Amino acid sequence: MRFADILGMASGGMWRNKTRSILTIVAIFVAAFTITLTTAIGAGVSTYLDKQTDGFGAPNLMQVSVAAEDDGDGPAVYDPKAQTNFGQTVSTLTNADIDAIAAIKNVDSAVPFEGSSPSYIQTNGDKFVLSSQQLVRGQTVDVVAGSAPKEGAQPEIIISPQYAIALGFDTNKDAVGATVTLGVSDPLQQVQTVEAKISGVMNESLLGGGRLWVNDTLQDKVTAIAQQGLPAEATDSYFAAVLYAANTDPETMTQIKADLSDLGFQGMTVEDQIGIAKQIFDAITTVLTVFGVIALLAASLGVINTLYMSVQDRTKEIGLMKAGGLSSGRVFSLFSIEAMLLGLWGSVLGILAAWGVGQAVNQVAAESFLKDLPGFDLMLFPLASLAVIVGIILVITFLAGTLPARRAARLNPIDALRYE
Amino acid sequence: MDTPSSATAISAVNVRKTYGKKENAFHALRGVSLDIRQGESIAIVGKSGSGKSTLMHLLALLDTPDEGSIRLDDRDVSSLRAVEVNKMRNSYYGFVFQQFFLNGRQSVLDNVMLPLVIGGVRPAERKKRARAALEAVGLSDKIKNRANDLSGGQKQRVVIARALVNEPRIIFADEPTGNLDTHTGEQVEQMLFDLNKQKGITLVVVTHDPEFAARFDRQIFLSDGQIVSESGAAA
Repeated sequence: MRFADILGMASGGMWRNKTRSILTIVAIFVAAFTITLTTAIGAGVSTYLDKQTDGFGAPNLMQVSVAAEDDGDGPAVYDPKAQTNFGQTVSTLTNADIDAIAAIKNVDSAVPFEGSSPSYIQTNGDKFVLSSQQLVRGQTVDVVAGSAPKEGAQPEIIISPQYAIALGFDTNKDAVGATVTLGVSDPLQQVQTVEAKISGVMNESLLGGGRLWVNDTLQDKVTAIAQQGLPAEATDSYFAAVLYAANTDPETMTQIKADLSDLGFQGMTVEDQIGIAKQIFDAITTVLTVFGVIALLAASLGVINTLYMSVQDRTKEIGLMKAGGLSSGRVFSLFSIEAMLLGLWGSVLGILAAWGVGQAVNQVAAESFLKDLPGFDLMLFPLASLAVIVGIILVITFLAGTLPARRAARLNPIDALRYE
Repeated sequence: MDTPSSATAISAVNVRKTYGKKENAFHALRGVSLDIRQGESIAIVGKSGSGKSTLMHLLALLDTPDEGSIRLDDRDVSSLRAVEVNKMRNSYYGFVFQQFFLNGRQSVLDNVMLPLVIGGVRPAERKKRARAALEAVGLSDKIKNRANDLSGGQKQRVVIARALVNEPRIIFADEPTGNLDTHTGEQVEQMLFDLNKQKGITLVVVTHDPEFAARFDRQIFLSDGQIVSESGAAA
């Protein structure tokens, strides 16, 4: 028997009892729909989080700060080096500390994080508050227009689309190359200004926390004003530093963290910072997917039932075909293909429906609750994962079909023809 | 009737078949030997429970004997692999059943094509051959009808066309006229005898009707699983 004939006969068998087959397909449809939606949300969110992670820094980048004191043993001993900020004591790093960090095995280099930021940004009209930080090596931004600020003699800053609108530019492109004035407060609360070029416009990132990024030259100018006239002991103080690991092996990272901890510091990679949120999210999508899989298992019981009934209905036909020389193997494939066809219809329709719903949800989300997170597609439907879903459902329906198909294959033609 | 060729088509050698076990055992065949020669027409006659259907099933390779052997072209069938037995049934045998076993929702043509579909014949070729077989039974005008829409006599003619379509060497028929009235029954009988005479197809028919049986070259009378008498152009 030719494969095309087996396929045609299996399909014909499936449609012989339309109601029964459609109900089974609907059960598979529900399962495929659920699984596709949860994987799509999973894919959408993790793609966005990955983009954020990439945007915040290279994987070999680690943010270093002084390890927090354990409060369990009562109040901390006073440290004259610590800065007091509205009653909160923040231990800071000195240049000597940074040299010590740079000397750790497998650390390429370490640079201090300058804490000074301008107070306002202005073109010709209103002044707007801002928070900025130096874009360190290895860090990338999600550029919409222009480019990220480059190291060089020219002071540069990259802004977000909201700032572009506020500063009076019609489009993001118009802002690129324009000059802005930044106001910086010196230690005597006198505001001095610095001019900078807008290198580009970027999507705001989740971890950026509304910060704009400046290049080294601009940061140096801002720091110079902010620390004008202060003694060396006061300026030799950074609340954090960034170190670059020689490689990104997990062992290297663990070793660097251990060495940092011995020196009284703590290191956090971008992964660490975003990791907790990602873990919680992964757990939720896993639970939802498990629900989908349970629905799929229930649906496969439906497939078994449908196929048993189909075998029962067609006992005589099977007997006739076996008497006519059809091998047991072909009878088996006839019914297992019928089961897989139910799976194929259910999964393809379920995926199409989920895709349609996903497009609608993405549109609504982008205009409402995800408005502040540009570049975030809530649901993504990568073709490969859709193919995997169809594949898994085909395998499961095949397995479900093996029981009835085996019964059909084992039918004795004489008994089958005598069957009433 | 021309003398049947002397070559043996199938033979049963002392076959026994028992259904059930111990006190419930039913001895359907208790040692039956029979030679069927190529081109002959033979009626297996007996009452219900005489073992006539069981004998036909063994000869048609649908079942295997508990003891004894079935020989086909002088080969013991039990030495053949399942694939070869299937192929044999598909290409050398045609079956006509009392209850027709047609797929009522399918067209007459689709029903007739079934053995060719099983045999893996190309679609164009099988359509051509099915049409020819339907023409041979005088149903050319019903090709596209659904099998359910036919009368009993027409249905049995479709069944004969289906048995013919793979150009078999032997046609097995189990009470082929059992469900038909006398007139249509006679037409179907005549059609089977014509195939036997004109195409030389060996005809093996199971019946309880002595009148019908009398028209065959040879009659085998079975009772309680044993051959009680043979008549006609006996060996």
